[in-house]
Amino acid sequence: MKLNRENRLLIGLCTAAAILVARLFSIQIVEDKYKTDASNNSMVYSLIYPTRGIIHDRNGKILVGNKVSYDLMVTPKEVEEFDTLALASILEVTPDFIREKMDEYRRNRRKIGYQSVVMIKQMDPKTYMRFAELAYKFPGFRGQARSIREYPFNAGGNLLGYVSEVNAQYLKDHPDEYRAGDYAGMTGIEAAREKDLRGEKGYNIWLRNSRNKIESRYRDGELDKEAIPGDDITTTIDAELQHYGQMLMNNKVGSLVAIEPSTGDILTMVSSPGIDVDMLADFGQHYNEILSNPYKPMFNRAVQAPYPPGSVFKLVNGLIGLQEGVFTPQTRYPCSMGYHFGKSKLGCHAHKSPIDFEESIMMSCNAYYCYVLRAILENGKYGSIDEAMDKWKEYVMSFGFGQKLGSDFPSELGGFIPDSKYYNRYYRKGGWKATTVISLSIGQGETGCTPLHLANLCATMANRGFYYIPHIIKDSENVSIDPKYKERRYTMVDTVHFNKVIDGMYRAVNSGFGSGGTASIAAVKGLDICGKTGTAQNPHGHDHSVFICFAPKDNPKIAVAAYVENGGFGATWAAPIASLLTEMYLNGEIGEDRKALEARMLEGNLLDRVKTSK
Amino acid sequence: MTMRDISGNRGRGLMKTIDWTLVVCYLILVLVGWANIYASVHSSEPASIFDFSCRSGKQFVWIMTSIVIAAVILFLINPRIYEGFSLPIYLVTIGLLVAVIFLGIEVKGSRSWFGFGPIRFQPAEISKISTSLMLATVMSQLGYKISKFRDFVITALIILVPMAIIVLQSETGSALVYVGFIFMLYREGLSGWLIFMVGMAILLFILTLTASPYTAILVMASVASLCICLYSGRFKKWIFFGIPAIAIFALIPQGLEMLAEAIAKPETAEAAGTGGFVSRINPLYILLAAITVAIPFAVLQAFRERNRFTYLALISTVAGIALVFSADFIFNKVLQDHQRKRIEVLLGMKEDPAGVGYNVNQSMIAIGSGGLTGKGYLNGTQTTYGFVPEQSTDFIFCTIGEEWGFVGSTAVILLYVFMIWRIIRSAEHSRESFTRIYGYCVACCIFMHLFINIGMTIGLMPVIGIPLPFISYGGSSLWAFTTMLFIFIALDRNERKYF
Repeated sequence: MKLNRENRLLIGLCTAAAILVARLFSIQIVEDKYKTDASNNSMVYSLIYPTRGIIHDRNGKILVGNKVSYDLMVTPKEVEEFDTLALASILEVTPDFIREKMDEYRRNRRKIGYQSVVMIKQMDPKTYMRFAELAYKFPGFRGQARSIREYPFNAGGNLLGYVSEVNAQYLKDHPDEYRAGDYAGMTGIEAAREKDLRGEKGYNIWLRNSRNKIESRYRDGELDKEAIPGDDITTTIDAELQHYGQMLMNNKVGSLVAIEPSTGDILTMVSSPGIDVDMLADFGQHYNEILSNPYKPMFNRAVQAPYPPGSVFKLVNGLIGLQEGVFTPQTRYPCSMGYHFGKSKLGCHAHKSPIDFEESIMMSCNAYYCYVLRAILENGKYGSIDEAMDKWKEYVMSFGFGQKLGSDFPSELGGFIPDSKYYNRYYRKGGWKATTVISLSIGQGETGCTPLHLANLCATMANRGFYYIPHIIKDSENVSIDPKYKERRYTMVDTVHFNKVIDGMYRAVNSGFGSGGTASIAAVKGLDICGKTGTAQNPHGHDHSVFICFAPKDNPKIAVAAYVENGGFGATWAAPIASLLTEMYLNGEIGEDRKALEARMLEGNLLDRVKTSK
Repeated sequence: MTMRDISGNRGRGLMKTIDWTLVVCYLILVLVGWANIYASVHSSEPASIFDFSCRSGKQFVWIMTSIVIAAVILFLINPRIYEGFSLPIYLVTIGLLVAVIFLGIEVKGSRSWFGFGPIRFQPAEISKISTSLMLATVMSQLGYKISKFRDFVITALIILVPMAIIVLQSETGSALVYVGFIFMLYREGLSGWLIFMVGMAILLFILTLTASPYTAILVMASVASLCICLYSGRFKKWIFFGIPAIAIFALIPQGLEMLAEAIAKPETAEAAGTGGFVSRINPLYILLAAITVAIPFAVLQAFRERNRFTYLALISTVAGIALVFSADFIFNKVLQDHQRKRIEVLLGMKEDPAGVGYNVNQSMIAIGSGGLTGKGYLNGTQTTYGFVPEQSTDFIFCTIGEEWGFVGSTAVILLYVFMIWRIIRSAEHSRESFTRIYGYCVACCIFMHLFINIGMTIGLMPVIGIPLPFISYGGSSLWAFTTMLFIFIALDRNERKYF
């Protein structure tokens, strides 16, 4: 035979076939690793679920732990005659419930075969103990231990997130990773760090005969695999503070976010009303109840609600104006109960006039910022209002607005900041001017941002011009965070301009009652809180109450944003709540002089004011 | 040969010229497939094999329609038209391949299927046929030479364009089949070195992932130096100098480690410093430095001897080093998550019998439990309780392995080998290069499917979802393979008619 190319290929073909046959020979005849025993047995894998990783707060306290719960399992083929009434009274269910279940198993006996099925999920330990004592009377019934989540702090369901059995869609989105019956984190931190928390499943291998009955361990468990528990993670949350924030926001709709400015760590993130942690452990059971709640507790307002920022936004406009040089801190503008243009007017409250920049922040003058925004948009430096508008948007976005901040918390909303294209589409090109969009000056109109954006703005103020992307996970032994969370993000405004703004914020809080400062109620002795109130107009009901503050003025430790829907003036609800949170964090307790305020906030109930879609 | 045969334009009798051996092989495989599909869906309450609500009944319909397709190809279509129509067919197929990305329905994360109500079909299946026809047409042109640069580029494009589109559909498995055309190209004169290089590239890739870049580069350097020495007749020199050098380099990583430990032992601050320094030396850089020093010498020698081979070998070596360093990137960035996991499991980098390895482990248990003669038809335990996923499609070989044992599965493999062998022989005997080239294409496709599919079920190949030709459940795949094979039988018949 010649060794031409045809024959070489034929030799190759035979070699390849020989490799296949050799491998078959090895697994079918030589090795017994793949053999089951002679009586036609086959192997069954029974999965061992790993315990999920524990979620710690920044101080090492356990936010989410694990505890054991028991499912009542039934193997219908092994059940003998039993006392239905006795079992029902032990389990605290009606006898009919048991009868119905047993009937159901009888109907599906083909499908069930020798398998066990769950009769009651997550019995409380007392019931299980009662059952365990008398279990001998009920062959075929047994308790199966399962690890479920435990929540030592009421840190809020939206923050922590819930764990539940994966559904068909989830399986489709994560092929090869999950199988039916697995659990996975669905929202919040549980979802954000699912990969770390879930651990690895193990399995026991059993032998079963051709009638599907389990007979024994395969090779005495030699090839079994232990489950590997999930990695523990450390969050940036301060558990005590989160708990306190949760209490402050009780019976109010809105959100409370606190950030450590020097790191971008999210200390507290409350969305109210939230899901009670008691419901989280057994989320499936309460699912409908939660879904039908008119206040939408599943909706995480802290990162998902698009709110108008209100007067808080004046800080941003002021900084842009200073950077662009269209006015100076010494510029005084008049205010006669508002800003008048043509026949229209943008109203303001009573205060002295004219005022300079610092005072405009302290007293939250609307007219002042109308002048500022007009100066920005009508800046001769730019060819047209379109260009000036887009430059303005660029500035605003450098503060993190109008885009997802990129935090590690899932389902963050980007919010909205309009640009010239938007108004050209709305009014046609040339059909609008600075006065058309004048409400942008006071954070109303087309702007939308989340409480997280506001907290981030506050942290940027505290840092005098830069922020770290807010994040919820801290570096720890097992888990390292993305380096992007350690990078400073500078705004387009120079640091020098921030000092005047901060002086204004300081005076807004610390000038004392009667001085015209809008946030005197937030003052705490010795803490040097700097803050800015906001009252976001709400055409559907009471205005929203907004407040951001940081403290202390020098070397700030905490930056807070509070947003209370339908709370009225910023100083009414948001400012007390945010300042109490700040005080608690910095002092560890609430001073005697503010106890009354605290009580009023804890007990306050604004739910009636909120219009629900129901 | 009688006068009538030559004068009559129909040539020798219709039935006499058909290669019945191939047809019988085909029928046996199809029936084996049908029987095993029945076995794999057959559960504790068996339905009839003809029951249309289950897969065996549906497969019966596919088989019947396939036979009709085969008859049409054999008796109604003049095989001469393929050469003329191959370009339009090829272009239409490319159009379909692109269209399916946008219009197709999503099945398991890839958009490669068209769905018309209950009927689904995959343009990738047709594209194998049209690519083969196109290749046969182009390569049988007068004056075509694969060694000519222009011809080589055209040929490569014909193969790579559909392949690339299929990769875009995230059907990397189907695209892999096109690699098989390299054997056909080899037969048609492609340099054997190319196959060697492709093989080396795969080896390097695997070595880098499983062992280390160091090992990979050392192995490559050894092979390259051996090739250079063999080519220039310095084999003895290689044995005396090459082997010891390789041995020394093989020991360097361990040596460094020991040195670092030895120095670090006296626990003084300075010594620890030097120890730390030694342990920070990456042996890879030593090896690279050695190679960098060696290359100019080799170049000098090649220049003196006017030896083009050495140049090429050196360029390949450098390319190989680049591959080693980009292997991690390709593995982690280019491949998709699930593909990466499958390769990791196959290479033993990760053990995961309950996760990704589940399919393969279950499939190997099923096949392994078959033993020498199997458990008997319909008596499989692994395969009847549905432990093996995709059992009637991609993992159909498990049922054969479990119920028919080593004897049965070997018989099936031998049948395929016989079939491919026969196609190659017939192709070689044909007078027209169109038939020959097309025949080789068919052989290559069947071979690739055979090797990848069975290799996957017995853990030799990563889990790549492609069907076993003629046997796996599925209309679109059965029709495509039937069409492909019978076009060849028709072409072959045309040959026999006159000669």
